[in-house]
Amino acid sequence: MTDTATELVSPVSATTGEAVRTPLREFWRRFRRQPVALAALTFVVLLTLLAVLAPWIVPFDPENYFDYDQLNAGPSWSHWLGVDPLGRDIFSRIVMGARISLATGLASVALGGLVGTTLGLLAGYYEGWWDRIVMRICDVLFAFPGILLALGIVAILGGSLFNVVVAVSVFSVPAFARLVRGNTLVLKRMTYVEAVRSIGASDWTILVRHILPGTVSSIVVYFTMRLGTSIITAASLSFLGLGAQPPTPEWGAMLNDARADMVNAPHVALFPSLAIFFTVLAFNLLGDGLRDALDPKIDRK
Amino acid sequence: MLHYFLKRLLGLIPTLLIVSVLVFFFVHMLPGDPARLVAGQDADEQTLALVRSELGLDKPLPQQFVSYFTHLFEGDFGRSIRTRRPVSTEIAERFMPTLLLTLTSMVWAVVFGMAIGIASAVFRNRWPDRLGMTLAVSGISFPAFALGMLLMQIFSVGLGWLPTVGADSWKHYILPSLTLGAAVAAVMARFTRASFVDVLHEDFVRTARAKGLNERIVILKHCLRNALIPVVTMMGLQFGFLLGGSIVVEAVFNWPGVGRLLVDAVAQRDYPVIQALVLMFSLEFILINLVVDLLYGVINPTIRYS
Repeated sequence: MTDTATELVSPVSATTGEAVRTPLREFWRRFRRQPVALAALTFVVLLTLLAVLAPWIVPFDPENYFDYDQLNAGPSWSHWLGVDPLGRDIFSRIVMGARISLATGLASVALGGLVGTTLGLLAGYYEGWWDRIVMRICDVLFAFPGILLALGIVAILGGSLFNVVVAVSVFSVPAFARLVRGNTLVLKRMTYVEAVRSIGASDWTILVRHILPGTVSSIVVYFTMRLGTSIITAASLSFLGLGAQPPTPEWGAMLNDARADMVNAPHVALFPSLAIFFTVLAFNLLGDGLRDALDPKIDRK
Repeated sequence: MLHYFLKRLLGLIPTLLIVSVLVFFFVHMLPGDPARLVAGQDADEQTLALVRSELGLDKPLPQQFVSYFTHLFEGDFGRSIRTRRPVSTEIAERFMPTLLLTLTSMVWAVVFGMAIGIASAVFRNRWPDRLGMTLAVSGISFPAFALGMLLMQIFSVGLGWLPTVGADSWKHYILPSLTLGAAVAAVMARFTRASFVDVLHEDFVRTARAKGLNERIVILKHCLRNALIPVVTMMGLQFGFLLGGSIVVEAVFNWPGVGRLLVDAVAQRDYPVIQALVLMFSLEFILINLVVDLLYGVINPTIRYS
C-alpha cells in the first residue's frame, strides 16, 4: 500500500524497453495471473449487465404475470427456472432480483464506506480526543453483530428496502474507519506529506489529494469483500420479513415465500439460494484476487 | 490475575448503565403505538386510554424512565405487552435452547475450522489446501437461511433422518447447529490458515525441526500454541456473530429461542421484551470479550495482567 502511495505521487520512470510500469499496469499484471479472480470478475461484469438490462431481458412480468396452468411447475423451455406457487416466472423474478440485490449491496457499502473513510481519515490525521471517541464507538459497533444492529435500525425506521440499505450500511462504517485510520497514521508521517505541508498545502489538500490516494487500494479490496456480506445481510432482513415486502422479487423475500411450499416445489427455493450464493461467492473471490494483486508483500515471495 | 478479573468485572457496571439508558430512549423512539397493538385495531379512545394507563405509557417520559430504572435494580424487567407475562420468565424459557445451540455450533465450527486451517497451511498450495479453501469460501458465501432450508429439505423431508422443527431431543440440534456454525467454521479455517502460515516461517519452528522433533509435535505443540492468539480473538468476535446469526437460523427452524423472541418482539413493538433482550445481548458481548482477554494469558504466559 505504501509502495503504491509513493508511486502515485512520483510516477516511477522505469521505462524498461516496452511499457511504463504504472501502478495500474502492475496491478493488472498481478491480477491477470489469477484465473479464479478473473472468472469472478467476468461473472460480476455479466451479472451487472444483466441487472442493468433486466427490464428488457425478462421474458415475463416478474410481479404481475400469473400462469395459472403451471403452478409450481419445474423448469421448462418457456419457464427456464420453473414457476412459483402463484404462477410467476422464477427466471424473470431472479433477474429482476439481481437488480435489487446489487443495488442494495452497492448503495449500503458505498454509504458505509463514505462515512467510515471520512471518519477514519479525520481520526488518523488529527488524532487526539476526536480519534479516541471515534475509535471507541467503532469498537462497540464492531463487537455488535451486524444483523442485530440492522434489526434494531429497521425496528426504528420501519421495514422497507431503503431502510435496509441504511441499516446495513451502518455496520460497514467501523471497519472502513479502522482500516483508513491505520493507513492514514502511517502515511501522514511519510516524507512526501511533510514536503507537501512545507510548501503550504492546507489540511484538506493533504488529506484528499495526498493521503486518500494512498489508502485507495485497501478501500477497494475491502469494498469488494464487504459487498458479499452486505448482500447476505440485506437478504436475511428480507427473509425475516423486515426488508423488501412481497411481491417485490428480492432474493431473500423469495426464499421466505418459498418456505410455505417446500415439500411440493423445492425448486422455488433452490434457484434464489443459488443466485445469492454465486453472487456473494463471486464478490468474495474477486476481493481475494484484488487483495493478492494489490498487496506488494505477496509479489516479493 | 484475580485482581484484574475483579477490576474488569466492576468496569462492566457503567457500560451496562450506559447501554440501558441508550436502549430505553432507542425503544421509545420506535414508531407505532404499543397500546393500539394491545387493544386491537377496533378499540375506541376510552379503551386505548385504559390500556395506556395500565401499561404506564400515559406518564411523562422522565417518570417512565425513573420507574424503569428502579424496577431494573430490583431485577424486574416488566411484563411483556403481548403475553402479559413477566419478561424475565419469557426470556428464561427461551434462553437455554439458544445458548445450547450457540455452544454446539461454536464447538463444531472451531474444531472443524481449525483442523481445515491447519491442514491447509501445512499442505499449502497442494490439494488439501485447495479443497479446504474452496469449502471455506463457499461457507462464507452461502447465506445461513438458504443453507438451513437446503439441509432441512435433504435430511428431514427427503431422507427423513432428522426432525424438522422444534428443540426436544439432541437430534433437533444437528441441523440448526450445522447451519449456524458453517459460516463460523469457514472464517475460522481461513483465519487459522493465515495465522499458521506466518508461524511456520518463524525461527523457533526451524530450531524445533533442526533438533529432530517429530513433525507432528512441531505443528501441534510449537506452532499451534503460537498461532492461537489471533485465532482466539477471532473466536470471540465470531461468538457475537453466532448470537446474531441465531436470529436467522431460529426463524428457519422455528427454534424456541431468544432470537425468534426478538424478531417477534420487534415485529409487535413489545418494547419491554426488546429492552431486556438488547441488554442481555450487550452483557453477553462484554462477558465474551472479558473471557477472550483472560484466555490470552492462558495461551501466552508472557502476557501479564496488572
